[in-house]
Amino acid sequence: MNEWPLYEVFLRGKRGLNHVHVGSLHAADDDMALHNARDLYTRRNEGVSIWVVRSNAITASSPDEKDPFFAPSGDKVYRHPTFYKIPEDVPHI
Amino acid sequence: MSNAYDAIIEENDHTRWAFGTGFDDPLAGVDPTVPDGMDAADLAAYCLMLGDDALIMSHRLSEWCTNAPELEDEVALANIALDLLGQARLLLSRAAQASGEGDEDALAYLRDEHEFRNVHLVELPRGDFAHEIARLLVFSTWRLALLERLADSPDPVLAAISAKGVKEVTYHREYAAGWAMRLGDGTDYSHERMAAGIEAVWPYTAELFSPHDVSVGVDPQSLRTEFDTVIAQVFDAARLNTPAATAVGEPAGRSGRHTEAMGVLLAEMQSVARAHPGATW
Repeated sequence: MNEWPLYEVFLRGKRGLNHVHVGSLHAADDDMALHNARDLYTRRNEGVSIWVVRSNAITASSPDEKDPFFAPSGDKVYRHPTFYKIPEDVPHI
Repeated sequence: MSNAYDAIIEENDHTRWAFGTGFDDPLAGVDPTVPDGMDAADLAAYCLMLGDDALIMSHRLSEWCTNAPELEDEVALANIALDLLGQARLLLSRAAQASGEGDEDALAYLRDEHEFRNVHLVELPRGDFAHEIARLLVFSTWRLALLERLADSPDPVLAAISAKGVKEVTYHREYAAGWAMRLGDGTDYSHERMAAGIEAVWPYTAELFSPHDVSVGVDPQSLRTEFDTVIAQVFDAARLNTPAATAVGEPAGRSGRHTEAMGVLLAEMQSVARAHPGATW
């Protein structure tokens, strides 16, 4: 039997401003993926918006390139915006 | 000055954020007194019918756990079963409240076969996946039409339960219709299996619309037109034919006479509660 393609699921929760990756699932097409995501990942009132995307549509960074990709940013503390004052009523920061 | 971010923040119990928050109680603020002019015994009998439909359908759907063709659909069917179990709990509680006898557990677990008032459709033994989709399509199409009308019931509790149920059963119908179209309009083989499922459950649809002698609620016959319209749309998209209207036996579930499958179902469903009376955990 052919297996249904894999999809990645992203949810935006009631409190969240952005969609967060929550897991993956199998579905025959996009519409079924959305329904399956609703059934698998929003059963406990977690979400108010769902994105699904075919896993093979995602281009990922390779673990082999970890050092050239990420190591150079590890020692540049001056890039952090620690010198700004954040107003007290700005949430999610 | 108002905070520009207020509109996108929902206040909730943040300590339980990982499980989702902001759960609603469907009966919050609803007056449980039986309204003047409504026969309490009839209200109890009516809630029992609809509660038993939901309870037995829920049990049959729960039998798909570990048996569904795909993991995703197993969870989907279990979700639908749990929605219906929730409706059954509220309806049986209302029945107990209106009759002044027992509670939801006594009604679910300590009644005998002849005291159950569900239609035969929901007690039929589990068939294949297409058979279950056919049953769910018929059941949820009928029940949605019913609950939509009951959301205006003079009994505020029944109205609140129905309004909650409308949102749930709308999804159940969408799920069943989606699969009926996928299978019916799929391969020759899936079409054959879906058509066989429809053929098998169709004789049990007549009972859904047969009149009963309870003065509360909606006249079952008034639901037929909406049911036929929705089913015709789905069948058209699914390349399925409406079988000839043949009914099997008498529509006797509402008067407590059931098919042979019912006793076996109850024996399993009630076994724990009967083996350990009053147990809690």
